[in-house]
Amino acid sequence: MEGFNVITKRPFTVGAVLLILILLAIMPFYAKPYPVISLTNILMYIILTVSWVIFSGPTHYISLASAAFFGVGIYTSALLGKILPLPLIVVAGGFASFILALFIGLLTLRLRGMYFIIFTFSISELIRHFLLWWETNVEGTVGRWVVMVSHNTVYYIILIIFVMTMLIAYLMRQSRFGLALRCIGEQEEAAIHIGINATIVKSLTFAISATFMGASGAIMATRWTYIDPRIAFDPHLSFMPVLMAIFGGTVHFYGPLFGAAIFAYLEEILTTKFPYYYMLFFGAILIVVILFLPHGLFGLIQKRWKGGSE
Amino acid sequence: MPILEGKKVTKYFGGLAALYQVDFEINTGEVVGLIGPNGAGKTTLFNLISGFLPITAGEIRYKGQKINGLNPHQICWKGVARTFQSTKLFAGMTVFENVVSASLFGSKRTVSLPEAERETMELLEFVDLLSVRTMLAKDLPIAHQKRLEVARALATKPDLLMFDEVMAGLNPVEVVEAMGLVAKIRDRGITIFMIEHVMKAIMEVCNRIIVLHHGSKIAEGRPEEVANSPKVIEVYLGE
Repeated sequence: MEGFNVITKRPFTVGAVLLILILLAIMPFYAKPYPVISLTNILMYIILTVSWVIFSGPTHYISLASAAFFGVGIYTSALLGKILPLPLIVVAGGFASFILALFIGLLTLRLRGMYFIIFTFSISELIRHFLLWWETNVEGTVGRWVVMVSHNTVYYIILIIFVMTMLIAYLMRQSRFGLALRCIGEQEEAAIHIGINATIVKSLTFAISATFMGASGAIMATRWTYIDPRIAFDPHLSFMPVLMAIFGGTVHFYGPLFGAAIFAYLEEILTTKFPYYYMLFFGAILIVVILFLPHGLFGLIQKRWKGGSE
Repeated sequence: MPILEGKKVTKYFGGLAALYQVDFEINTGEVVGLIGPNGAGKTTLFNLISGFLPITAGEIRYKGQKINGLNPHQICWKGVARTFQSTKLFAGMTVFENVVSASLFGSKRTVSLPEAERETMELLEFVDLLSVRTMLAKDLPIAHQKRLEVARALATKPDLLMFDEVMAGLNPVEVVEAMGLVAKIRDRGITIFMIEHVMKAIMEVCNRIIVLHHGSKIAEGRPEEVANSPKVIEVYLGE
């Protein structure tokens, strides 16, 4: 399409993507458990980041509600773990987050800028404190057990969610729905005046992005065996997708993917090697990226690739 | 039957009446000017018609149907388009993308991509922006930006087009060009309602002029009538 940023469709790219997917799919057969577990963790961060970018990338609405949606998935898993089979739990986790996000969206997407950021952050905190209060005062016990499943099962389900997230992110970017989102992000007042139903488009996208967060929460919960509101709604998970997206760059499709992958890998390395100083390293890296790489890491890669002619 | 009519249109911002019981009519095929000093309520009236602001009291009808209470995108689908006083383009998108979006989303029915692209090319040629179609909207000079807004509004296939100071910030040569563009749009059968401060343009292009002052309509008529009205002269020049 003329004037559009069409992601390259060369057979080479398709081949590379397929090859990577096959390698990922057979990984448990040739790798030791540790790399598989570690990769599961990285994929989780990629899902959170890419789905965060689905909404916040084009619209420029910064959401800090990721932890809320992830946590809702975790709690769905804890509540339904003994009743439903695993795939259905994951679907239920995604669906619960979808509904919550749709509700929040219709209610609050009128808020802009700072107000939206603070509100989304508060949602997560509100749910966390409400659940703590509920468990303390109504149920009498805080926290609950989650049914455990094997590492490989967790890995495969996360892999499937990852593939679906990337696919939806790609399709939305290419579709007229994605174009409507970009219009909203560029100039919302003009967007509604050219016939875009901004409320529906924003709410639906917000809910779709939350679905993947909820689904990944539902499956990741099985790794922790014990969860409570503080673990499930950890604000850390609201900030990480934002940082990872900034790190990788939100303009290019692969930016968030690479950002999250590298960032999560670094976290893994740094927390094991420098458990006391790793946050310091992170801080330094982030400052450098924000100051010198406005389009993130991927922006830099692409710039070099094209011989500096951006 | 008028294409657009307002009955006792009233808008309060808190205790301040930005518009108070304004009656107006726009007939199909007309070019109607809306003038008045700063703060008279001109842009507020446009915002009420386009559905951007809720009306406090009164009624606005488009083609006989009440449209106040509808959302801006629904009013756009009915065939009312507008431009903005300070241009509100999709700054980070190309000229082409700005117009093609409006073409894709501007009607209730689903427009196919090839159809939207064809329409976009035609409109870009119409406003003479074809050669800069791959540029980002924010990189255009102001006169081009104004024309791009016009093209984007046209892409929604309106029957009524509202220009909010489409000639502001243009040099005299560009004003003449813009007047030509307005006439060309009128010749396409589109009714035009325009806020303008450039009096030369208003006098030459408009069939009729409505004058607002402090939220009330104080005069209405053919350009020369309005220009000679003592009330209008008083408002603009003082006693």
